[in-house]
Amino acid sequence: MSGGVDSSTVAALLVRQGHKIVGMTMQLWNQRRLPELMPETASHGRCCSLDDVYDARRVAEQVGIPYYVVNFERQFEEQVVQPFVEEYLAGRTPIPCTLCNNYIKFDRFLEMADSVGAHRIATGHYARVRYDEASGRYQLLRARDGSKDQTYFLFGLTQKQLARTLFPLGEMVKPEVRELAREMDLAVASKGDSQEICFVPNGDYAAFLNAYLKEKGVEPQSTRGSIVTTDGRTLGEHEGVHHFTVGQRKGLGISSKEPLYVISTDSETQRVVVGGNDDLLCSRFIARQLNWISIAGVATPVRAQVKIRNKHAAAPATIHPTADPGSVEVVFDEPQRAVTPGQGAVFYLGDLVLGGGWIA
Amino acid sequence: MQHFYFDHNATTPIAPEVLETMVTCLGQVYGNASSIHRFGQAAKQKLEAARRQVAALIHASPAEVVFLSGGTEADNLAIFGAVRAAGRPQAHIIVSSIEHPAVLASAAKLESEGVAVTRLPVSAGGTVDPESVRRAIRPATVLVSIMHANNELGVVQPIAEISRIAREAGVPLHVDGVQALGKIPVDVDTLGVDLYSMSGHKLYAPKGVGALYVRKGTRLAPIAFGGHHERDRRPGTENVPGIAAFGAACELAGRTLAAESERLAALRDRLESAVLGRISGTGVTGRHAHRTPNTSNIYFDGVDGEAMTIALDLRGFAVSTGSACSSGAITPSHVLTALGLSADRARSSLRFSLGRTTTAEQVDALVDAVEASVAHLRRISVHA
Repeated sequence: MSGGVDSSTVAALLVRQGHKIVGMTMQLWNQRRLPELMPETASHGRCCSLDDVYDARRVAEQVGIPYYVVNFERQFEEQVVQPFVEEYLAGRTPIPCTLCNNYIKFDRFLEMADSVGAHRIATGHYARVRYDEASGRYQLLRARDGSKDQTYFLFGLTQKQLARTLFPLGEMVKPEVRELAREMDLAVASKGDSQEICFVPNGDYAAFLNAYLKEKGVEPQSTRGSIVTTDGRTLGEHEGVHHFTVGQRKGLGISSKEPLYVISTDSETQRVVVGGNDDLLCSRFIARQLNWISIAGVATPVRAQVKIRNKHAAAPATIHPTADPGSVEVVFDEPQRAVTPGQGAVFYLGDLVLGGGWIA
Repeated sequence: MQHFYFDHNATTPIAPEVLETMVTCLGQVYGNASSIHRFGQAAKQKLEAARRQVAALIHASPAEVVFLSGGTEADNLAIFGAVRAAGRPQAHIIVSSIEHPAVLASAAKLESEGVAVTRLPVSAGGTVDPESVRRAIRPATVLVSIMHANNELGVVQPIAEISRIAREAGVPLHVDGVQALGKIPVDVDTLGVDLYSMSGHKLYAPKGVGALYVRKGTRLAPIAFGGHHERDRRPGTENVPGIAAFGAACELAGRTLAAESERLAALRDRLESAVLGRISGTGVTGRHAHRTPNTSNIYFDGVDGEAMTIALDLRGFAVSTGSACSSGAITPSHVLTALGLSADRARSSLRFSLGRTTTAEQVDALVDAVEASVAHLRRISVHA
């Protein structure tokens, strides 16, 4: 229970359906840890704020369930924050939410559920799970509310995890959830939606990285380097590769007649390569560390729609097996803009999530 | 489902006779103890009667007892008050590394203002070596602050030996007695303390009331301002019903302490020998030290203490682990790590603290639940 409207409604719904439930809030990150990131006003709406715990506790009291805050700060730092920082420093653009789902919310938390004798976990994610008799597999499907669908962040879920997970909001659209929350008189019914990366204030990941590296005693300037064009001309210097992500236009600090975009970053040479919009187009890439969900894998090329970042509209493509069973090559029918190493690639067949992997 | 309470070091239920005193006082004695009229005088009488009761429990003179809001305020007043009163620009204080956060955070605040702080280590048994106090004292030392009994372990510190050393050096000694008062005999003269913190709700009085013993002649500057209450040491209209209840609780403790501590020690031993005998990979931290009779800190190797606390709560048994932070989540115990326990073992530790209402049947039921929970948690962590 994050203290938001979604998980609060889930708790109330399950109680209404007669389930015996226990509410838990995961304490993942100490917001007061990096003083330079402390907001001047109260930090409402960010993960693990006292306000959110207060809200979750109030909802638990309202619906009459036992409630606990569990501390996963150590695991969250090791398995989400550190990889997030390392990925940026390696010139990639990570998605911490997926790591958090894989290692915290559907792993450590499931273990906690086991510990207290709970058979299943339920979350406020917008997604659907169903068991398919024919294949004997648990399938993951997009939420009925396409604008809220979170399957992009759930591609790492294993069969074992899906078998024990409930997504009660998967068949609902957000306005219905809010309406239900109001109808049940939940204190959080009109609370705003949370932001994507919960531990990074205001989405300023570069400021977070600087503060985190400073705490760890790593000099941020160690990733400084030059900005070069695709044809090898040096245009200027930059403050560190972690300030840049593929497709980025703002913040390059270089004037140019044509708009310039980040095409790639190279952590070995600390170079940031820039070019025109067309240079961003890419029609194929390798996806690695695959996780298959609705199918067991691919032995021959398979048609699918592939989504390469959360806001991307899944595009038609063919998935080709490679010599390595843990990797596939994705070939788009039409080149796609800004295929970004470190992001997830999720394979859909209509609403069905076939599986996914990480863009190499 | 029945719920059994094994967390008396966190707080205690109000004793029936204490509740009666409190309710009577709340309903009838509403005067301001500073007022001249008979309403004020009635309140003042309750206040001074309670002061005598508290003083009697610790063998002090009533004039040496300052009422305030609880243990945390007592620690703050003792530490900031003693350092401010010393008025030295280059002051130095000594604390132990297993103090309550009310002491440690006060010391850290002073440190940020330029005061030098020595944090003394403890032995694997959980005690401060008095000789380490002697070695740490400098000409600039203005205060030594060492707790009487530790909240997580129950381990009792050699206060009398430490006070002799402090007194020889002319340094005042503050003792946080919150977890000792009502559990073991306290005599401020035998102990030789100059400042002694007390909290009502740890001995069957309500929350929001406590006291600081200030030995006559000890220099102490106020840390709050606005009135002449408590001999100019703590301004604010006195919480008369709470203070009266605290007084009644101290009197009750004085009457029952000897018999009750014997009874609790037997229950604690029953708990420990059953757990250690029936569950492998367990041990009692601080077992061989002098301890308060009601506290037992046991580790369960391979078990997550946080999960076990929740699992036991869902089975109807209230226990605790580490100290709760503001969100209610649990952080690894600075006390257990200071004793040299590994982070894993610290995280696998639970604190059981017994009290007036604890019975042998409850202890036996607790042991059964602990045994079942440990077996369950160890089974699932093998599969995870």
